[in-house]
Amino acid sequence: MVELTIFALGILLIDLMVPRDWKWINGVGAFIGVAFAALCVWEIQSMSPGGAVGFYNSLQVDRFAIFFWYLFLAAAAIAILMSARYLDIEEEHHGEYYALLLLSVVGMMCMAAGIDVVLIFIGLELMAISTYVLVGFLRRDRRSNEAALKYLLLGAFSSGVFAYGLSLFYGIAGSTNLRDIQRAVSAQNPHNPVLVIALLTTMTGLLFKIAAVPFHQWAPDAYEGAPTSITGFMSVAVKAAAWAMLLRILVFGLFPLRSVYTPVIVIVAIATMTGANFAALTQSNTKRLLAYSSIAHVGYMLLAFVAMGTSQPGTPAFADGFKGILIYLLVYTFMNLGAFAVITSLRQGNVIGDELDDMAGLYQRAPVEAALMLLFLLSLAGIPPAAGFLGKYYIFLSLIESGHYGLASLGVIYSLLGLYYYLKIANAMLIRAPMETERLSVSLGMRCAVGVTALATLVIGIYPEPAIQSVNWSLGIVKSQTARPIRPIRR
Amino acid sequence: MVPITTIHYLVVAAALFVLGVIGVLTRRNVVVILMSIELILNAVNLNLVAFSRMWGNLHGQVFSIFITVDAAAEAAAGLGILIAFFRNKETVNVDEIDLLKW
Repeated sequence: MVELTIFALGILLIDLMVPRDWKWINGVGAFIGVAFAALCVWEIQSMSPGGAVGFYNSLQVDRFAIFFWYLFLAAAAIAILMSARYLDIEEEHHGEYYALLLLSVVGMMCMAAGIDVVLIFIGLELMAISTYVLVGFLRRDRRSNEAALKYLLLGAFSSGVFAYGLSLFYGIAGSTNLRDIQRAVSAQNPHNPVLVIALLTTMTGLLFKIAAVPFHQWAPDAYEGAPTSITGFMSVAVKAAAWAMLLRILVFGLFPLRSVYTPVIVIVAIATMTGANFAALTQSNTKRLLAYSSIAHVGYMLLAFVAMGTSQPGTPAFADGFKGILIYLLVYTFMNLGAFAVITSLRQGNVIGDELDDMAGLYQRAPVEAALMLLFLLSLAGIPPAAGFLGKYYIFLSLIESGHYGLASLGVIYSLLGLYYYLKIANAMLIRAPMETERLSVSLGMRCAVGVTALATLVIGIYPEPAIQSVNWSLGIVKSQTARPIRPIRR
Repeated sequence: MVPITTIHYLVVAAALFVLGVIGVLTRRNVVVILMSIELILNAVNLNLVAFSRMWGNLHGQVFSIFITVDAAAEAAAGLGILIAFFRNKETVNVDEIDLLKW
């Protein structure tokens, strides 16, 4: 984290010195920073395999955190590869872009590893404020301004509500550490009104951040207006960070309250799948369509969370639900970032490239990209050879193991519905006649980004063993940790 | 003379919080909405300081300092974005922020 901050500040300084045509050097610097950070995480991982606690008991670097750290760094690296050419075309190639990107990754790392609500909140805000500015980075574009303003107002509001809930938990526990909060909460009656208010406000904040219906309205606007490379980054890394925070708080800290929050999550999950899938059907803007699709994916992940909340820790349903969420996030990072990379590459000259019509005839203009986009779309829809199937498989498995047959069938029906709007994009790409005939010119960085994401999507889909192993590895700690403090409430 | 206890602070904080939420939901001027968000964060601070005194430890006060800093950063970023927006559109009314919908 420290190393990323240093690189971010370094980029800000170097940016002052380099001439206008040499701004890509900032991208190189940011990429090196991310690679260096990954190296440091590797070092930490091999030095203390059992996890380490630091910063006065507020940071816990366990396997769960390290899994998410790699995920954030991978997403940031791919986003940087996507950005250079795009920013040149938009004539907004500034060093601040990369610095903010790195700082938001620092915030995400704090969120994934924090076990003190102060650190989690500060990480959340560091990430969120960096992202607000990145969303509004195209400052001459009205849509970008508007998206940033809407995202900021709703994001700041939800952070305020979230902080109010955290302050009440501090009042109940007398400490801001999640372990102390868990101890204090398990001694209370779960239907104590103060506790319920604290839980509901905290959950409102968390559900806002993962963009679940009815707190999703910022997502389509922010995704549509933001620079496309940032949309890709937001839809995977920011979402994964929000999920890491949700799991830390609801599964580590507030697990004794699961009988109270699980019914709420059931309703939110159903509303999320319904609202997002039906809203996506009518979209004509690909970025907005994928925004609704990403909200729908949150709905599926919430289903796995329901399976976890209704089963005892240590049972297969609990483990598979947890595994399902993490695998889904892993797979989703690559497939969604890949889809957004293809959309980013459509930005050429005076074509913005985010309308469905801009996709028309992509197969004739850039056959390789069109084929890979088809792979990403099939993966998002959950068709077996691609990786998306694996995540859905574990989610539905956990639902069936915990006896939620109704929810499982609802989820399957909505995934089938999702196929319609993914194939709408595929239809435009493969069957419709192109509006422009010239071939798409794709930069080297973009080729790397699309190639890496496609490779990951395909490899995880065909040979999922390493991905499953890595998730199992990261859960080795998580399981024992939730199991230990749960015992006192069983009595 | 009734002694002022923690519950009094909590009631004031809850009132501030509700006022802030109402402000965010009903006001139409972006600057006023930002002010309402500050009101919510101040309710949080009041809560934290009251609880900090009740428990006799400093965790809450430290948290409230962090929240104050965060509120300042958020207001700075918010006003920056608002100025960028105002340059292009010449309005701060949320009803006219309607380019992106459905």
